Amino acid sequence: MMSQLPSSQFWLTRPFGERATQVFLGVLFTALLVVTVLHVALPQGSPLHVNAYTVNLFGKYLSYALLAVAVDLVWGYLGILSLGHGAFFAIGGYAMGMYLMRQIGDRGTYGHPVLPDFMVFLNWESLPWYWQGFDMAWFAFAMVLLAPGMLALVFGFLAFRSRVTGVYLSIITQALTFALMLAFFRNEMGFGGNNGLTDFRELLGFNLRSNDTRLGLFLATGVALALGYILCRAIVTSKLGRVCVATRDAEARTRFIGYRVERFQLFVFVVSAMLAGLAGALYVPQVGIINPSEFSPLFSIEIVLWVALGGRATLYGAVIGAILVNYAKTIFTGVMPDAWLFALGAMFVLVTVLLPKGVAGLLRKRRRAVESDNAGTKEAIA
Amino acid sequence: MSLLQSFKTRDRVFDFIAPAASPVDVRHGPILYMEDVTVSFDGFKAINKLNLTIDDGELRCIIGPNGAGKTTMMDIITGKTRPTEGSVWFGSRHNLLNMNEPEIASLGIGRKFQKPTVFEVLSVFENLELAMAADKRIFPTLTARMTGEIKDRIDEVLETIGLTQLRFQPAGILSHGQKQWLEIGMLLMQRPRLLLVDEPVAGMTEQEMERTAELLTGLAGKQSVVVVEHDMGFVRSIARKVTVLHQGSVLAEGSMDQVSSDPNVVEVYLGADDEEAA
Amino acid sequence: MRRFLSWGFLCAVLLGITLNVQAQTGPDTSDNDAALELLEALDVDSYRDKGEAITAILQSDDERARDWLQALLDGRLQRADDGQFVVVLDNSGREWPVADALTNEPLGEMSRRDLDRVGINNALRNQLRSAIAVVDLYSPNLDRRRISAERLLGEVDGELLEPINALILEEKDSQVRYRLSQAVAIYRAEQGEMAGIEALTGSLHPRARVALSRAANGDDTVAADAARAALASVEQNLKINRGVETLYFGLSLGSVLVLAAIGLAITFGVMGVINMAHGELMMLGAYTTWMMQQLLPGQPGLALILSIPAGFLVAALVGVAIERSVIQFLKGRPLETLLATFGISLILQQLVRTVISPLNRTVITPEWMSGSLIINDALSLTINRMVVLGFALVVFAGLMLIMRRTRLGLEVRAVTQNRAMARSMGIRATRVDILTFALGSGVAGLAGVALSQLTNVGPNLGQNYIIDSFMVVVFGGVGNLWGTLVAGLSLGVINQVLEPWAGAVLAKIIVLVFIILFIQKRPRGLFPQKGRAAEG
Repeated sequence: MMSQLPSSQFWLTRPFGERATQVFLGVLFTALLVVTVLHVALPQGSPLHVNAYTVNLFGKYLSYALLAVAVDLVWGYLGILSLGHGAFFAIGGYAMGMYLMRQIGDRGTYGHPVLPDFMVFLNWESLPWYWQGFDMAWFAFAMVLLAPGMLALVFGFLAFRSRVTGVYLSIITQALTFALMLAFFRNEMGFGGNNGLTDFRELLGFNLRSNDTRLGLFLATGVALALGYILCRAIVTSKLGRVCVATRDAEARTRFIGYRVERFQLFVFVVSAMLAGLAGALYVPQVGIINPSEFSPLFSIEIVLWVALGGRATLYGAVIGAILVNYAKTIFTGVMPDAWLFALGAMFVLVTVLLPKGVAGLLRKRRRAVESDNAGTKEAIA
Repeated sequence: MSLLQSFKTRDRVFDFIAPAASPVDVRHGPILYMEDVTVSFDGFKAINKLNLTIDDGELRCIIGPNGAGKTTMMDIITGKTRPTEGSVWFGSRHNLLNMNEPEIASLGIGRKFQKPTVFEVLSVFENLELAMAADKRIFPTLTARMTGEIKDRIDEVLETIGLTQLRFQPAGILSHGQKQWLEIGMLLMQRPRLLLVDEPVAGMTEQEMERTAELLTGLAGKQSVVVVEHDMGFVRSIARKVTVLHQGSVLAEGSMDQVSSDPNVVEVYLGADDEEAA
Repeated sequence: MRRFLSWGFLCAVLLGITLNVQAQTGPDTSDNDAALELLEALDVDSYRDKGEAITAILQSDDERARDWLQALLDGRLQRADDGQFVVVLDNSGREWPVADALTNEPLGEMSRRDLDRVGINNALRNQLRSAIAVVDLYSPNLDRRRISAERLLGEVDGELLEPINALILEEKDSQVRYRLSQAVAIYRAEQGEMAGIEALTGSLHPRARVALSRAANGDDTVAADAARAALASVEQNLKINRGVETLYFGLSLGSVLVLAAIGLAITFGVMGVINMAHGELMMLGAYTTWMMQQLLPGQPGLALILSIPAGFLVAALVGVAIERSVIQFLKGRPLETLLATFGISLILQQLVRTVISPLNRTVITPEWMSGSLIINDALSLTINRMVVLGFALVVFAGLMLIMRRTRLGLEVRAVTQNRAMARSMGIRATRVDILTFALGSGVAGLAGVALSQLTNVGPNLGQNYIIDSFMVVVFGGVGNLWGTLVAGLSLGVINQVLEPWAGAVLAKIIVLVFIILFIQKRPRGLFPQKGRAAEG
């Protein structure tokens, strides 16, 4: 890839010319198709049948994968280690959750036509202003992108303008998500406090408890992942992507050749936050709840582990990492829950010390070895 | 410069009248004009009442012992360091003290660092592509396409710096000298009016040095070039006019011969280093 | 107001008691029949009769009277099946150890079913309290006199006035004297007397405020005005004291932050190593204290003192293990160091959860650290916080000395500023790394020892402080120990000042947001390092 001229195609279509993207999209859509077929076409008793629970689980993994792609965009290509992407994910999730809460209507426990149950419980008289409009799907869906985008814009504007980067940025992003977690735990915030938002019923008229809706959400998440991946790929293969890499490796130099580094950082950071918000919005209807624990610093830093394990600055590595770690988590917490934190901690240490390029790095090394092997045999024949 | 101050200095065009993006005005000769510039770090004056004028198209060498303030002077011109006092003008229209690094860069001042910094994971070609004078705002950068014109321009510079063979290699694998040339090439892509070159031949072999001297003298005339260098042999081989800095201000200025016969210079600088100067 | 009725009886006997207590003739155990009679009179159904029996006990010269009344008040004066009066010593289990009420001899344990309590009601309880207070005023025990004098605030009536005034003249302890005259003043103020109101000006006791506000609503306008003025001065005084208290709590919280952050200021600020497991090193220090107390049962004070070196050592050793096993391989890659040490923090937490317990452990506060220093009625400073504050300052001063005055400090600064140069001058950089990291980690252990005296010791202890600590270091200016001290203390105070106004959680959020914004404005913190070295 490095040894070619930057292509002259339009930036959005550029990724389709890459082999890595073609393979990735191929694998992703095959997986979506296989799961759908095994779920729909095979009878319940068949050993290959994928049940609704598993479909739901895969859907969750895919939304995590999208989140990981968003983190890889800023960390891998821009060198900004955000320890607060969980916050953007959660805000997107809350925006979706608010829409789903409003969709419950008067079917809640207290039967109030407008107010969600927790507000009735807290004796609130009317809907707070920031809950207005969330009964309309288009508004809520716009907010899924705009709310995290706005937060990233304000925060990033302040941070990048003052050239807060590196470890400092990591620490203050962590403080940001921590502060938000504390805030969302408060009942007075009007987001359901400790319990968050839950007991959802339907999304766009589809019953969230039906298996078909679950399959639909799974497929939608897969498509969103594909689109997010292509968008990120388009960004990193554009000239802007090369400016990002330049910024990552030599920020001062990039400034001296005339790029307003802080604006580029801000732009990519905001795009990434919006993708994270979208991932959160797809996650919430699948797990049926959103609460402040998604803001916890541990979750945000875990996302970074997914990316590190999969391999930084590859995008597909982030997807692999997210799925691997979360699959391991599902297995571990089922079999030996106490061991999970040990395993997670060990992964952090091992990946950073022994596997700095992640799984993707291993794959690439292997392929290169095969290629040079082939070259060797060719030479020998010649 | 605040509005009030701009009223006080009656010899200049008001800042708000002069369009910021207007081309450099060199009708009056100098392209760079520094007056009474002082920088102090915690009381230590790295630059002390420095006055320096560079003419358009000139090739100027700046020499001076360690700590004379050469790098700090470059930092001031490129906007990295703000002086405590003084004024710095680019042409007779642009007050550099009101601008930040990218603004100054896009005005046409290019800088090569002491330690070569190129973008190591990007290819030589991509390094030049990024440096090229172009619309460097976000969306034009995002949607930029590779045209034949751009390719030709990059190829031309590749030829000048002699890296055509290595164009698709990552810049990280280049030798030290090649990185220095790539950096000069990146400066050329910006089509600068003024090139600031910090120790271009440090760690180079004889042949590389010769090639660099050729490159820099070839540039002068089209562009103004300021070279900061320790290597006296190299300075002698390219210099037309030399400025000696000492303790943050100008000690002597003139041709290499004039300067090296100046008793002050001999005392503080050349005297300690006689053989190299000869 | 039956209580006030009984005061009459009390006052009548006061002189008699005085004589009795001061005579100290020694126990007259032969007089048990009379005493038994007094107690028998208590075991009647009518509360009215019981009240009279109490008065009778007071009037008797029996020096056991106080113990009986106290036992009666606590419900520990009971009657066994055979009619014997006993005092229950400990009524927690099923079998109660008891003592003979008359002879004070221990009688072993008795089943609660074999005992009958002598019952009292609320009116009697009040009567008993006041009676005990009055009796105690004549006690030779200073503490008892102080407590009883305080109890009399707001309880004085016209008939008690005289004997109390007499007592004031005789009393040697100024505190008791002050209390008693306050008690009298409260009575007078409630009666609308100017002298009382004037005497209460500036008093901080809640009863004094009650008395003054009553007087302020009284009919006598002159007295009411005076009372209002006095009340205003009381409020003013209270406000000042509340301010001092907030400052104290702020400084205390700040000292905890400083302790938590100062180790980071060494490892992160000076060495540039991001150790996310720093909080867990604190946790280990706290657990060391707990462990010490398990090893030395019954001597919490000694255990705490010993934990100071032990906590330092444990944390320092673990710190060195982390440095050698992980951090040294990640030199120059701060973000990776952050991730790896975060992994270590997870492992350490889970280790403690698995090996010790996921639940909080209790660390005992030794006697000399518990209780509080009472400045006045509105202000008392808890001693454990004061000790921790002092400890933080001592640790800070010690670190300052090490960094400024010792060879190690010099070498650390040399290595951090120019590693290659320092090595070429013969400084063993690796050794310096290890020692510095051990020092920073050890200080985290010390912070843990101190924290064990203020909060719960649990696996999450470190996690709760790590973000705050980083904020303190960054806020103060990385690489600057003074900055850390100032930042820690001021953030503590800011937090406490905000708390009553915004609530604890919101105050914390506000402080976090403030720091986030502050860092944008001054990325190098309060006290940035200047000059060329900082540019690199």
